[in-house]
Amino acid sequence: MTRVTSIASNTFREAVRDRVLYNLIAFALLMVAASLLVGQISMNIERNVVINLGLTAVSLFGLVIAIFIGIGLVSKEIEKKTLYTILSRPVRRWEFILGKFGGLVATLVVNTVFMAVGIFAAVFYLAHHFQRADAYLLVALYFIILQFVMITALALLFSSFSSPLLSAVFAFALFVIGTFAQDLRGFASLTHGVIGWIAIAAAYVVPNFAALNVISSVAHDQPVAASLVLYNTLYALLYSAAAVAGAMLIFERRNLK
Amino acid sequence: MPTFVAMPAIETFGLEKTYTVGFWRKRPRCALRPLNLAVEEGEVFGYLGPNGAGKTTTLKLLMGLMFPTAGSAKILGREVNDPQVKAQIGFLPEQPYFYDYLTARELLEYYAQLSGVEARARSRRVAAVLERVGLRDVAGVQLRKFSKGMLQRVGIAQAILHDPKVVFLDEPMSGLDPIGRREVRDLIESLKQEGKTVFFSTHILSDAEALCDRVAVLHQGELRGIGVIADLTSSVRGKVEVIWQGGVIPPAMHALSAECHLIGAMARAVVGENQLDAAVDALRRANLKLVSVTPVRASLEDYFVEKLSPAEVAAR
Ligand SMILES: Nc1ncnc2c1ncn2[C@@H]1O[C@H](COP(=O)(O)OP(=O)(O)OP(=O)(O)O)[C@@H](O)[C@H]1O
Ligand SMILES: [Mg+2]
Repeated sequence: MTRVTSIASNTFREAVRDRVLYNLIAFALLMVAASLLVGQISMNIERNVVINLGLTAVSLFGLVIAIFIGIGLVSKEIEKKTLYTILSRPVRRWEFILGKFGGLVATLVVNTVFMAVGIFAAVFYLAHHFQRADAYLLVALYFIILQFVMITALALLFSSFSSPLLSAVFAFALFVIGTFAQDLRGFASLTHGVIGWIAIAAAYVVPNFAALNVISSVAHDQPVAASLVLYNTLYALLYSAAAVAGAMLIFERRNLK
Repeated sequence: MPTFVAMPAIETFGLEKTYTVGFWRKRPRCALRPLNLAVEEGEVFGYLGPNGAGKTTTLKLLMGLMFPTAGSAKILGREVNDPQVKAQIGFLPEQPYFYDYLTARELLEYYAQLSGVEARARSRRVAAVLERVGLRDVAGVQLRKFSKGMLQRVGIAQAILHDPKVVFLDEPMSGLDPIGRREVRDLIESLKQEGKTVFFSTHILSDAEALCDRVAVLHQGELRGIGVIADLTSSVRGKVEVIWQGGVIPPAMHALSAECHLIGAMARAVVGENQLDAAVDALRRANLKLVSVTPVRASLEDYFVEKLSPAEVAAR
């Protein structure tokens, strides 16, 4: 386990030194500009606008980081041959995969925590106080992190067998399709026969990001059901575990030429 | 009473690797033909061969980075991917590259963690190994600012960091200046003194001659010879150097030797042992005075030239 955490913390350190967290500056500027602007137009939608914008930005910034670092997690180490001096040590291949995955997830969590502070600061700036509904913001942020975990796992899986560019395209395409997962399942249930079965299987293989997106309901102060939190947690963890396990299996037999 | 069974440090059993090349039409390319090799514990073993011979391929198979097409290998009596084996080996890859956002010290600390060096001993060990490879003064510099030779030293440092029993070095002297090469030679020598097994590949023959207990010669994926250097080179046809007085080279001498030239009032030629009589006759017929006949010790280079390119030799 210490080896997995060593690899994870080195992955985190790499992200920090490669100035990944600089995206926070862009995010901070965005939040400041948005707060000042909606503060001007006033009325009661300002909270709504800032939350909507803030959460969407958190999820887009994180998505870009998850995909672009995720696809290089393994392939870059193979290409640059840095893996040679790792795998000639008592590190099992699956430990390497798990460590890289954990390191990127940790990076994304830290990044999201900083952004969350920014959103709460903007909300406080506009309302001068916090209210009960603000707690649901935390749930929305938690769901966003769950999405990052899934995307990271998928990027890792794709990059274990295809080129970085293709992996990025796959991961991004899945994210877009997954955002419409609910509709896809609706369509699938309308088809019949063999095609129907295939459509339903396909609809369920696609990650269900729709269920993890509660941004607009939170922006409208609507509560999030506790059961949804539970289901989403289980779903995201199982889905990610399956993807990471797939990446491990593929990597286990891979020839590092 | 404990009994010690002599066990080779490294052993391969019909180890074989075929790559598939080509994008559209996959073709096999055999990089290593069935290789059977045993390296004893405490030996410094040279793995020689020209470019493309299959040296790096063998090392990658031994490190478990690639899987053999057939056959298997053991290190310290265990299967190569056994973590217990990995804890006791060190590996310097060819043209090593490391995380360039780390400093030399950070990199070695990280590797020490992965190799299971105890936390208490870690920083002392890292400092000692940096000193040993002559990088103490740049320990805090990011690796992206390192020269090729400095990276090679980092590579050697990480290979011996955790005090491994068996050290694998893929061309350890490449990229080093003459002083650096001398230092690496001394280092390999001292690893031997410490009782470690060193397996290193090279095509710099003088390094192998200076260091190795035994060598294996690989060519086009095939083992061409293995043994003590003196035994290998003794199989090469001996040569003698003939020196005579008078600044002329008789035509008959030219015919016997490809290597003859004038040195002031003297002349010199190198001929095969079996042609010595003919050479002396040629001098006598031209009324030239023989000065000396000296046997030329066959070197690994001669061995290479003679054994590894028969076509070229035959053409002479
Ligand atoms: N990844 C690969 N895919 C296909 N063929 C390869 C690959 N790596 C090596 N080869 C081929 O295998 C043969 C042996 O290569 P290898 O790198 O083991 O040689 P080497 O002895 O290390 O040479 P050098 O002294 O140049 O380092 C060569 O013919 C090479 O073209
Ligand atoms: Mg090589």
